[in-house]
Amino acid sequence: MITQARSTLLFTTPIVKGFIQAKKGRQRRRAINFFWLGITGVVTVLALVPLFWIIGYVAVKGAPAINLAFFTELPQGMGSASGGVLNAIEGTVLLTVLSGLFAIPPGLLAAFYAVYHPNTWLGIALRFGADVLSGVPSIVIGLFGYALVVKPAGHFSALAGSIALAVLMLPIIIRTAEEMIKLVPKNLRAGALALGSPEWRAALQVTLPAAISGIMTGFLLGLARVSGETAPLLFTSLGNDRFEIGRLVQAGFRSGQSFPEILYNIIQQPVDSLPLTLYKYTQQPFPAQIQQAWGVALVLIVLILMFNIAARYWVSRQAAKNRG
Amino acid sequence: MQTISSTAGEVTSRELRQPQSPLVTIKGEPLPLTSSKFVLSDLAFYYGKVQALAGISITIPANHITAIIGPSGCGKSTLLRTLNRMNDLIPKTRIEGQVFLDGDDIYSPNVDVVDVRRRVGMVFQRPNPFPMSIYDNVSYGPRLYGVTKRADLDQIVEFSLQQAALWDEVKDKLTQSGMALSGGQQQRLCIARALAVEPDAILMDEPASALDPIATLKIEELMQTLKSSYTIVIVTHNMQQAARVSEFTAFMMIDQNRAGTLVEFGETAQIFTRPKNRQTEDYVTGRFG
Ligand SMILES: Nc1ncnc2c1ncn2[C@@H]1O[C@H](COP(=O)(O)OP(=O)(O)OP(=O)(O)O)[C@@H](O)[C@H]1O
Ligand SMILES: [Mg+2]
Repeated sequence: MITQARSTLLFTTPIVKGFIQAKKGRQRRRAINFFWLGITGVVTVLALVPLFWIIGYVAVKGAPAINLAFFTELPQGMGSASGGVLNAIEGTVLLTVLSGLFAIPPGLLAAFYAVYHPNTWLGIALRFGADVLSGVPSIVIGLFGYALVVKPAGHFSALAGSIALAVLMLPIIIRTAEEMIKLVPKNLRAGALALGSPEWRAALQVTLPAAISGIMTGFLLGLARVSGETAPLLFTSLGNDRFEIGRLVQAGFRSGQSFPEILYNIIQQPVDSLPLTLYKYTQQPFPAQIQQAWGVALVLIVLILMFNIAARYWVSRQAAKNRG
Repeated sequence: MQTISSTAGEVTSRELRQPQSPLVTIKGEPLPLTSSKFVLSDLAFYYGKVQALAGISITIPANHITAIIGPSGCGKSTLLRTLNRMNDLIPKTRIEGQVFLDGDDIYSPNVDVVDVRRRVGMVFQRPNPFPMSIYDNVSYGPRLYGVTKRADLDQIVEFSLQQAALWDEVKDKLTQSGMALSGGQQQRLCIARALAVEPDAILMDEPASALDPIATLKIEELMQTLKSSYTIVIVTHNMQQAARVSEFTAFMMIDQNRAGTLVEFGETAQIFTRPKNRQTEDYVTGRFG
């Protein structure tokens, strides 16, 4: 049987060859290749058009609002074209930093736990929880912040806002950190534990540094995500035309407060943020505020772009490290 | 150098606790009980419901090199990891029987696993330098055990790297990343890192299988210089390597229940030239799977 099959194969080989007309086939292949390449090119351009359109449009419309006062002064009241959005800029920075501080340590802990104990009920619950949380509408999380912090305290505050943002950021941090920690060779942790290292030191001193660039990317993407959020802040940090960290610090020093007291005072204030200001100004009938809203949009886009570029940079660093 | 307290002492009481083990001889003379480093007594090991080791009793002599050989999957790595309790890290595992280190049962409840791992170092198949400088790699262990003075650390780092025959190659670049070294250098760095906590014994799981022949030779030479101060247990797939470097050889195989068992243990020369067991003979002469 086997010899028969083999001889048949040998016999048919030249006939099979005859079917493939090399030249004609090549032309056809080239045409098909050209066609699909063309399609991908067109689709790529189509996808990029809205991106550059938005950025370009915002830049053109927003540029006239940008001047020094825009960054250094408080709003002068509705209808006034002078003054700036210092309150919103400082508020955004404060909210972003605070929410990062609240979300990053527990996010990292959760990620380590999920990687090292994937099949325990807590490990499964953590990953499932992160997935569910990332799908919860941000306004619902704002409501949660209202019920948890604003209602008991009796007032809106940066603290409440940043807690809401931290909850929003948490799943992003858990999932990226988890992926990055998984990429670190298991051998590394084993090496540290074999020296008698406790688990937490192995995680902190050996595994974390090996994954840090990738984890930084997750942090930055999380920060970029929340720094553009409006909805959760409506119920939590509310907005504050007069918010100015410099003034609060001075006032604190004058009344003899200590540094932690001043800090506490700052995070207890309601604060504005760039997206909140954008939202409020676009609802005003005054052309001056509409103009400033465009300016705010421009600053916001540039800020988030910077976060993303930084994240890209850390990704390439991690890639280089993994190769080396 | 005595920055880390030694755990030797009170040999007589330990002799009493240590079980009678299969007789080990060196050149026909019985090995005195006090010169054994590990004594394993009827050891069994399970990954979940699967038994990986069964009925292993063995005495590993101190300050000698013992090789563990056997076909793939017979439990060599598992056995090695029972000696410093690295198997504890794998969930759902279970151990039966006893492992004595200098007379102490390392699985008894009052034993500190950190102390066991300090006394029994480990070198892995793939070099695993930490993502930090060469200096920090070596000083990682001593720092764990509370050595903080810079001068002490300097001394430990230099001494350990010298012992690992790496000092001359890296003394000018101690602040460079350990991951930037060659594979063979990385493996010697890992040996230096293990030596820095002043262990009694070092376990090596195929330490040269990821290295080229020259780097392998360096590791083998290194083992010869280390054995006067350390007990070395090495798992290897390379028969020549086992014959070259070790003084004792344990041959393992899976039994009819697919659990790893000890087939024969003895002086390396005897195992390779006059094996008592037929399976050992088949394996060392290459007539086997
Ligand atoms: N983490 C683990 N979980 C479950 N089973 C395992 C695990 N590690 C090893 N085993 C099983 O235990 C048995 C012995 O494995 P072990 O790694 O000790 O063999 P080995 O002799 O070192 O093999 P090799 O020479 O290929 O390294 C094998 O059947 C293996 O599948
Ligand atoms: Mg193995």
